[in-house]
Amino acid sequence: MTGEEALPSPDNLAIETRNLRKVFGSKVAVRGLSLQVRRGEIFGFLGPNGAGKSTSIKMLLGLVKPSAGEATILGCPSSSVEVRRRIGFLPEDFRFYDWLTASELLALHGRLCGLTPGQLRERVPAYLDLVDLTAHQNRRLRGFSKGMLQRIGLAQALIHQPDLIFLDEPTSGLDPMGRRLVRDIIRSQRGRGATVFLNSHLLSEVEITCDTVAFIKQGEVIAMRDLHESPPGEVHVTIRARNLSPEIVEGLSQWASSINGDGERLNLSTSSKKHLPQILRYLVACNVEVYEFTPKHVSLEESFLEIMGDERDSE
Amino acid sequence: MNIWIITRVTFLEASRRKILWTALLAGAAFLTLFGIGMHYQVKDLQGSRIPPLVRYQIQSTLLQVGFYAIDMLAVIMTVLTSVDTISGEIASSTIHAIATKPQPRWQLLIGKWLGFAGMIAMFVALLFGGVLAIGKWIAGVIPHGALQGALLIYLECLLVLTATFLFGTLFSTLTNGVIVLGLHGLAFVGGWLEKIGAVTDSQRLVTVGIISSLLMPSEALWRRASYVMQTAIGRTLDFSPFGAQSAPSLAMVGYAVFYLLVALALALYRFQERDL
Repeated sequence: MTGEEALPSPDNLAIETRNLRKVFGSKVAVRGLSLQVRRGEIFGFLGPNGAGKSTSIKMLLGLVKPSAGEATILGCPSSSVEVRRRIGFLPEDFRFYDWLTASELLALHGRLCGLTPGQLRERVPAYLDLVDLTAHQNRRLRGFSKGMLQRIGLAQALIHQPDLIFLDEPTSGLDPMGRRLVRDIIRSQRGRGATVFLNSHLLSEVEITCDTVAFIKQGEVIAMRDLHESPPGEVHVTIRARNLSPEIVEGLSQWASSINGDGERLNLSTSSKKHLPQILRYLVACNVEVYEFTPKHVSLEESFLEIMGDERDSE
Repeated sequence: MNIWIITRVTFLEASRRKILWTALLAGAAFLTLFGIGMHYQVKDLQGSRIPPLVRYQIQSTLLQVGFYAIDMLAVIMTVLTSVDTISGEIASSTIHAIATKPQPRWQLLIGKWLGFAGMIAMFVALLFGGVLAIGKWIAGVIPHGALQGALLIYLECLLVLTATFLFGTLFSTLTNGVIVLGLHGLAFVGGWLEKIGAVTDSQRLVTVGIISSLLMPSEALWRRASYVMQTAIGRTLDFSPFGAQSAPSLAMVGYAVFYLLVALALALYRFQERDL
């Protein structure tokens, strides 16, 4: 969420929490979670093990009662039973009655969500097809692999076409094909206007799927990042060019905080990405033949390690 | 309402996991054994000089043994089949996908309870009916108050079921099983102490027995069932497993119903309030 965008109002928020807290005995699992998730976005919920992510999700879903604080889901209190008709949930390590067949499982979940027999007849085959399990529709879950269980679990979370979908580690246990399938499904859910709340340790997956991510530690949001924007801070650029004289390199120092490299290759750091066009124009004006001008992408993993590392240092 | 969906799933689970069929098979095995026993007993008595009245009393007592065996079998089946349903699903997180559906939590618990109550009703009806049929067709013996007796045995199973649900919301599966069977064992021993106390005129033993029945009134319900199904002569016998000494009163049956309702209310409250 950037400052350039409109501030979210309660009407366009899918989730809003204020100082949500959970204490188990003497252990503080969630210290004070304050979070806003806009409707229609794919929101990544990131943090190391023990950061309070699962407890936070359980509080949002009404499985765990908060010790303090408030949470609103789609404009209703998180404890509301009625709002759950509009929520889908894939738990981590999805477990279900393994004596049911895949189509029976979907029918059961559909019924629990209030789907009519007519809707079930239409949606059960459609959602089995969506997760590529049509061939296994009459097979009991007992014989399913972990990846197949993840996919049928995803289908049960979506069959009633919820407005808000919680996915807890949806791609764990999936092969690359399965991951791609899940990724496409998540995007298609955003396409129909649903909000997806994604908890995953697979940062590369989060990076290519999510719009916004929150970094959680000890049940508090310690940073947020809009993945459509570059992260704030220094920008690193690799330049490969000919005719780079020492004078020209010296001239780059007006934008660069550091420069190093040999005659044809430079690594340059600058304080803002706004300087990049100016640097390129300068090089061209100096008759430098530029073969490569590559701003270095700061991966989500690097951001994660940096943020969590900073926090660890400050403890 | 999702209650009936959960009830249906509970039935389906018992059927698919072969719990229902195994229990019915055990019941059928018991009825076969009981039928063979009754058959030989009738045959052996036919050639003896025992007067018909005494013969009838012996066969009535054998019928009581059958009902007692049903009672024990039904109670044990109730505990074994339901002990894992709440605590096991919480421990394995299976409950997460269901509890996040649009129904209040009490509907989950009541739906499961009704599912087990239905299965136990079938089990008790089949076994009780089987023993009745064996008594009537093989020995020509029909007990007094059979319907009342069957309902009391069923009430006993419902009581044990509710206690299992209550402790399932508080403890792990294993602990739950130990507590419920332990309480039933306590009630069983208490019942015998009360009976012995009544015969030997020891008021203190009777008091100990009554207190144990108040802690867990399951065995008291069997003793009441045995009393209502006993013949007039059988009730006068001083000391037999089915004698009428210190037979629990109707007030104790009322207390058992009250106990069941309180246990169910506590189970609902605890399940509603606990973290899953």
